[in-house]
Amino acid sequence: MRSTAITPALGAALAALLLLSGCSTVTGGSADPDARVAAAAPGASSVVVEEAWIKAADDGMTALFGDVVNGGDGDLVLVGAVTDAAESAELHETVGSDGAMLMREKDGGFPIPAGETLTLEPGADHVMLMGLGGPLLAGDEVTVTLEFDDGSTLEVTAPVKDYAGANEQYDDGHGSD
Amino acid sequence: MAGEPGGSGFSRRHLLFGGAAAAGAGAAAVLGAQALAGALAPTEDGTAASARGVGATAVGDALVPFHGAHQAGVETPPQTHARFIALDLRSDVDAAALRRMLRVLSDDAARVTQGRAPLADSEPELALAPARLTVTFGFGPGLVARAGGIAPDWLRPLPPFGVDRLRPEWSDGDLLIHLGADDPVTVAHAARMLLKDARSFANVRWSQQGFRRAAGAEASGSTMRNLFGQLDGTVNPVPGSADFDELVWSNGGPGWMAGGTSLVLRRIAMDLDGWDRVDRPGREAAVGRRLRDGAPLTGAREHDEPDFAALTPVGFPVIADYSHLRRSRSDVPGERIFRRGYNYDEAPAGGAVSDAGLLFASYQADVDRQFVPIQRRLDELDLLNEWTTPVGSAVFAIPPGCGPDGYVGDSLV
Repeated sequence: MRSTAITPALGAALAALLLLSGCSTVTGGSADPDARVAAAAPGASSVVVEEAWIKAADDGMTALFGDVVNGGDGDLVLVGAVTDAAESAELHETVGSDGAMLMREKDGGFPIPAGETLTLEPGADHVMLMGLGGPLLAGDEVTVTLEFDDGSTLEVTAPVKDYAGANEQYDDGHGSD
Repeated sequence: MAGEPGGSGFSRRHLLFGGAAAAGAGAAAVLGAQALAGALAPTEDGTAASARGVGATAVGDALVPFHGAHQAGVETPPQTHARFIALDLRSDVDAAALRRMLRVLSDDAARVTQGRAPLADSEPELALAPARLTVTFGFGPGLVARAGGIAPDWLRPLPPFGVDRLRPEWSDGDLLIHLGADDPVTVAHAARMLLKDARSFANVRWSQQGFRRAAGAEASGSTMRNLFGQLDGTVNPVPGSADFDELVWSNGGPGWMAGGTSLVLRRIAMDLDGWDRVDRPGREAAVGRRLRDGAPLTGAREHDEPDFAALTPVGFPVIADYSHLRRSRSDVPGERIFRRGYNYDEAPAGGAVSDAGLLFASYQADVDRQFVPIQRRLDELDLLNEWTTPVGSAVFAIPPGCGPDGYVGDSLV
């Protein structure tokens, strides 16, 4: 498995940030108009993505954040993502390792039990977009297709925003596979 | 102001828990801070706090809708704190970039004014007390040109006036972001969020802060007192009235301005030391009104019509010809403006004890037809000029409001 390493100083800052509890995002009662969502198949049809956004980047890689809400009766697993804006997309988690924070691909995807919400946020779980085809500028809109374990997919259109955090550098050499 | 204008704040909690009926009523609701406080008085169990939830308060929860035909922050009863920020567009910003910028800023404003954290907000907890926050955007001539749009005739710097001592650091600008809220932390957070999102498009040119009485400190609808101690803004069209609509909302300009207005923001330094040397009769003569209640010197109550023909026993006008009241009054009915000013009081320099004044914010459909004639008369003669000096001046087009799927400026670019 590949993972993303963080410099010790940044890792400490991130670790401190992660200690701040209760940083929940504000969620509305209905689908967010800025995260227009088109359901395509059974599992995904009961999922909405709220508060979706993508960090602006000139090139290289960036990430999609937001709240993936499973409003259905069945458990789902988010297993992948694709977008025209990048060569590939991976599901990443953040884990602590001897005081350092590691970003690595999430084995088996992100489970989203029925009625629960997967929170994708800087310094935690996120959808990494790698090999950007061009700059993603603040105010652009990017469509990402989320893939679930039952084969269903969900299109998420997210605005691009300038953001100073989420600076983890991807590092092949730090992987565990 | 005589009435409670429309578009005023109502409780976010009321909106969330009251459902659609409450939301519908909210659009027409007219609740000032005082009414809100009354509505949230202690309940059966004796504690307002337990009914509202931990930490919730009437002032912090109050919302002003963002979307609508007009932008909020004009008709809205003035909040306690205001910040006016002017930005200059970066040289590479074209119409497409303007669209991206205005989409992001409008989305930020739509969320943060409703007590929701904007997307990518790194301090989301600070968004949870909207306190009647409004965000109002204004366009200078430079922005309209970048958009390739037709500017209203009046969208340019005011003509020079003899009393002006304008400084560039308080004047002009391409984009205005005007924030108002009853809580200063709310203003600081919203300003920070909007400026972070504007940073890749524009640089801050100037930022001016102003204040009024705190929410609940005096009866809602009271006329503001400026730092000279005068009631300031007695004669003002009443928001929601036909008179207001005709005076303030754009008509006859370029199509994209329909539902918009104009803002003239003048930073007026007030010589508090000089004013200190003037005794009460002199102060009242300079304005033509009584300090205690703002009544014209010929009347008994604040909103009494002045009688300019009334004479003293020795034959002089009771309201002097050189008074501010007399000089600011026009015989032309349309030569009126809507004032929504704020006090400022900054750190003094050079051994002075005050750097104070007024952020004179004037809204009108047409600057040239309404504001300029009044200012010309005051420039020619107004005893108050002795103690007041305009040091900043900016004119902005305030575009109409937008719907939930649009952005402010979508009629232009």
